Formats: sequence, structure tokens, C-alpha cells
Amino acid sequence: MVAALTAVLAAQPGFEPPNANEVFQWPCIVHFSLGGLNLCINRVVLLEFLATAVVAAIFIVAFRRPRIVPRGTQNALESLYDFVGRDIIESVIGRKGIMWAPYVTILFVFAFVLSLLEVVPGLQFPVSSRMAVPAMLAFASWLVYNYAGIRQKGLFGYLRSIAFPPGVPAFAYIIMTPIELATALVIRPFTLAIRLFANFFAGHLLLVVVFVGTAYLVANPITIGFGIVAVIASVLLVGLEVFIALVQAYVFSLLTAVYITLSVSEEH
Amino acid sequence: MHHIAVVVGVIAAIAGNVSLIGYGLATIGPGIGIGIMVGKTVEGQARQPEMAGRLQTTMILGIAFTDVLALIGFVLAFILPSG
Repeated sequence: MVAALTAVLAAQPGFEPPNANEVFQWPCIVHFSLGGLNLCINRVVLLEFLATAVVAAIFIVAFRRPRIVPRGTQNALESLYDFVGRDIIESVIGRKGIMWAPYVTILFVFAFVLSLLEVVPGLQFPVSSRMAVPAMLAFASWLVYNYAGIRQKGLFGYLRSIAFPPGVPAFAYIIMTPIELATALVIRPFTLAIRLFANFFAGHLLLVVVFVGTAYLVANPITIGFGIVAVIASVLLVGLEVFIALVQAYVFSLLTAVYITLSVSEEH
Repeated sequence: MHHIAVVVGVIAAIAGNVSLIGYGLATIGPGIGIGIMVGKTVEGQARQPEMAGRLQTTMILGIAFTDVLALIGFVLAFILPSG
């Protein structure tokens, strides 16, 4: 029995998992050069334009004619803004940080929509799985938290506060200063970008492998029993990816708030 | 001397992408760390349910700082040349 099964399975063509390069590389649709730079609009860029348009449309529709008593879209977005202002800004920065709530709210919604494109039927590609997109979001947050620190303490005071944290004996600055400077200026935006990128790189690869593998299992009459289990599992994985998109958008905006408060706080 | 030669021979005979072993090693530390962190948070929430919201925010923050190590390992497994 086992020998017969092995023989039948060996006769089938083997399962080839998809290659990461062919999953994430898209051909150019529009090619143009701008000042010596070769630029290219491919599917990822089009999806990012789409995400931008969707986020802009949601906010414009919600707040074009704001009412005292909010209804519909305005109601939903105001509760989202309340959530960000209370749970992220006030619990991390405090009441004086409420001026950063609009930026953090839009960052939250934008990062969520960019990642949610992974499970939209027909599109199914998370824009945040290409490194340039999270890198630009992290760069925007880098600008914001450095601006917040400079605004609070002045340029010289801000640089002194990140290079020489108080409460440390003087000889320790030989080690502390390079580490603190690298942390504040390089490592924070780098890890912010890597976190979003790697989560959706891994998530998209996972979904692709599971879907291709499910199709392979269902197509084969011997393994169709496993295939039915795999169909259920792949549906559940889509739900998991939506949850991960939500958590990562939350973490991205929460960390932005934390970095703002690290920049503006007087005692480090 | 003979044993060293055997070990070197075995290592040289490993086929496939060795970076994947590095990724496996990179997940151990964050896995243990996140486990401890979530367990301690649940303990704290059980002892003081009124602090549950703030503990959860701090826990997600800690997880975010910890799991980036595993994610860097994952990315390196793809970036580094295989062999």
C-alpha cells in the first residue's frame, strides 16, 4: 500500500514553490527619465497611487461638510481620530502632544490601506512589501520627530540632548555618544522601515506559497483530502493577514509617537 | 585531526541556502523574549485588571522592539547570497 502510494506520488510532477524574485518584481508599464534618473511606473506604483487616492477620498468625503453631530463616514473617522488621540498620543506623549494627532492618524490609515491591498481581490499585492515605500514612510516620521525635538529645544539643544543623555558619568560618553547618535538618527527609522517591510514581505510570500500549494494539492486526486484542509487554512490566513496589517499600522504610528516623545522629553 | 576533516567535509556537503539556518537561529531569541513578555503582561493584567489597557500598549511596544531582530534575520536570509 505504502509502496504503491509512494510510486504514484513519485510519478507526479514535483511541487515547485514560487521564487521570491518572480513574486516581487513587476515589469515597467510607463518608462520615463527625469533629470538623468531612470524612473519607472509599474504595478506597485499604480497601487500606491490607488491607495493614496482612496485615503484622500475617505478623508475628503468625511470632512467636506463637517456637522456638529457626526453621521456616517464622519462618525467612523472621528472615532478613529479619538482612538489615535487618546490611546496613542495621550498615553504616550501626553496632552501637549495632541498637535501630532493629525499626522499620526493619517499615517495609521495610510499604512493600513497600503498593507490591506494584500487581500483585496484582484489587486492582492501589499505595497508595503517593497522596501522603498516603508522607507519613505519612516523618513517622514524621521523628519517629524526630529522637527519636534528641534522645535522644543532648538537645534543645538536637541543635538546635545540626543548625544549626551544626562545622568551618565562623563567617561561613559565615549561609548554612549556614538550609540545614542546612531540610535536616534539611523537605527530608529531603519528598524521602523524594516519592520513594516519584512512583515508584508513575509506575509505575501506566505500567502503565495500557501495558495499555490493548495492549488497543487487540490489538483491531485491523491492529496485532495489535504487540499480541503489547506483551502480552509488559506482562508484563515487571509484573516490573519488583515489582523497583521492592523497591528503593524498601529505599531508604526505608536512608535512614531514614542520617538516624538523621546525627542521632546527634557529628562531623557 | 581526522574528526576536524570529517566536520569540514560535512559542512562543505550541506546543500541549499545556509542563510535559512541563520534565520532559524535568529528566531530563537525573539521567540523566547516575546513569550516572556506576553506571559508577564498576562500575569500583570490578572493581578491588576484596571491596568490592562496600558499594559497592553506597552506589551505591543516591547514586541515591536523585539521582533525586529527576527525580521532582520528573515530579510538577511533573502538578501545574502545562497550557497
